[in-house]
Amino acid sequence: MIALASIRDLTVTYRRGGDAVAALSNISLDIVAGERLAVIGESGSGKSTLALAIAGLLPASSAVGGRIEWSGLGRIPLLGRDIGFVFQDPSASLDPVMTIGKQIAEVARTHLGLTWSQADARAKTLLERVRLPDPDSAVHAFPHQLSGGQTQRVAIAAAIAAGPKLLIADEATSALDTIVQAQIVALIRQLVAEDGMTLLFISHDIALAAELAERIAVFRHGQLVERGTTAGIVDAPTQAYTRTLLDAHIGLDSAPLLNRAGPAV
Amino acid sequence: MSLLAVSNLTRRYRRGGKTVVAVDDVSFHIEPGETLALAGPSGSGKSTIARLVLRLIEPDAGAIEFEGDDFLALRGATLRARRARLQMVFQDPLAAFNPRATVARVLDDPLRIHDIASRTERPRRIAALLERVGLAADLAPRAIHEISGGQRQRVAIARAIATSPSLIVLDEAVSALDVSVRRQILDLLLDLQRQERIAYLFISHDLGVVRAVAHRVILLDAGRIAESGDARAVIDAPQSTIGKALVAAAPRLKRTTQDAS
Repeated sequence: MIALASIRDLTVTYRRGGDAVAALSNISLDIVAGERLAVIGESGSGKSTLALAIAGLLPASSAVGGRIEWSGLGRIPLLGRDIGFVFQDPSASLDPVMTIGKQIAEVARTHLGLTWSQADARAKTLLERVRLPDPDSAVHAFPHQLSGGQTQRVAIAAAIAAGPKLLIADEATSALDTIVQAQIVALIRQLVAEDGMTLLFISHDIALAAELAERIAVFRHGQLVERGTTAGIVDAPTQAYTRTLLDAHIGLDSAPLLNRAGPAV
Repeated sequence: MSLLAVSNLTRRYRRGGKTVVAVDDVSFHIEPGETLALAGPSGSGKSTIARLVLRLIEPDAGAIEFEGDDFLALRGATLRARRARLQMVFQDPLAAFNPRATVARVLDDPLRIHDIASRTERPRRIAALLERVGLAADLAPRAIHEISGGQRQRVAIARAIATSPSLIVLDEAVSALDVSVRRQILDLLLDLQRQERIAYLFISHDLGVVRAVAHRVILLDAGRIAESGDARAVIDAPQSTIGKALVAAAPRLKRTTQDAS
């Protein structure tokens, strides 16, 4: 197993007002090349801070300790070229006044040194790969003309346009309804497999993470609670907090909370 | 007599010269103390139905009968008085409240507007409401933006029950909460229902939660009722295309060992 990235003693502190708030404390975690790793946690767990730290997107005001070694990459990663990032709200990561074809082409042109016409052709191919309906006319569309699920497909196309080694999806399906969410998760799984990418899937949803990932890391209050294979975390968690998360999940087979005596009519 | 009876409700929108039928000839009823869930994909009409029932928007056609009256015919003071019996909790309480208001102010408003308690009595009523939803009374002077999301949703529930409603519309009311908090809020809602026989119109995209808390469910697709019935029966064996798609898309946590607790 080759580590794409080795995170060692990573500590991130944000300054809020006059106070220092620790968002991550002493995190050590390997991201194995080619794996699908899920990072799960509730609000304030530090899971998004971890994603931002890996992508080099932390705000300048944050204080960072520890290190991230990119032994599997052999160079300092560049966001866009080596790391593709998909956010929860795709409309916030796309330029509202640029056609979606140009936005995807721009990534390919910047990082792959393509000409505009080569990059435009690649954009169309990418829109086909993310299965956007009618890619020929979609390249000329603007983000606001698409539905939420379609916009997320475009954001994914832009994220993988330069052929990154690592794809980070930070709550990328959380704002979508269940049916669209399942489609986007299937799409991410397929693209990651086809391109041999490593996936870092950040989610609050333990069931969704378990369906997609081979390994799961559980975060709480800025600390790594435990990590393991998906089966190990789901069936034999060693930490009480992980069990709490598993037990709080309400699935299609959970015992009803309702007293089934029914309404007093 | 049903608590709420909705008949042939229709609401159209005009969008870019095109007419979209958001709610298309929908009929249903809710009995006292019952939870009826509305589920469906984005754009299926569930939130539009919630807003129609609350009379935040008016329908193009159809009738709404609430506590035996033609709810759509009520005007002015009569409508305001009846609104005390029909409350709401939304997904994001921060958007629903003035963020600079204190918890006490948020709870004082309904008591004052609906003339439920005198000025001197209201602080005691506010403390009792906070206790009722599992919050400490010393939370009252805190600003709404200072408290946690789970506390804020408890305040939203306290505000909703302040006027002794017979029906509360819960529009994705637990969707944005962390799983551990969500479970506590659902337990609170079920406790209140058992004790005070409040009915819920429970709007959610999460079929797992719907199956766990609702008596009956209506599955919506493109503004129409695709199927309806006992919540567990429908979700365990959906008959409609949209029902099958929703169930197939729900993430599953396959645990081989599970705590009996």
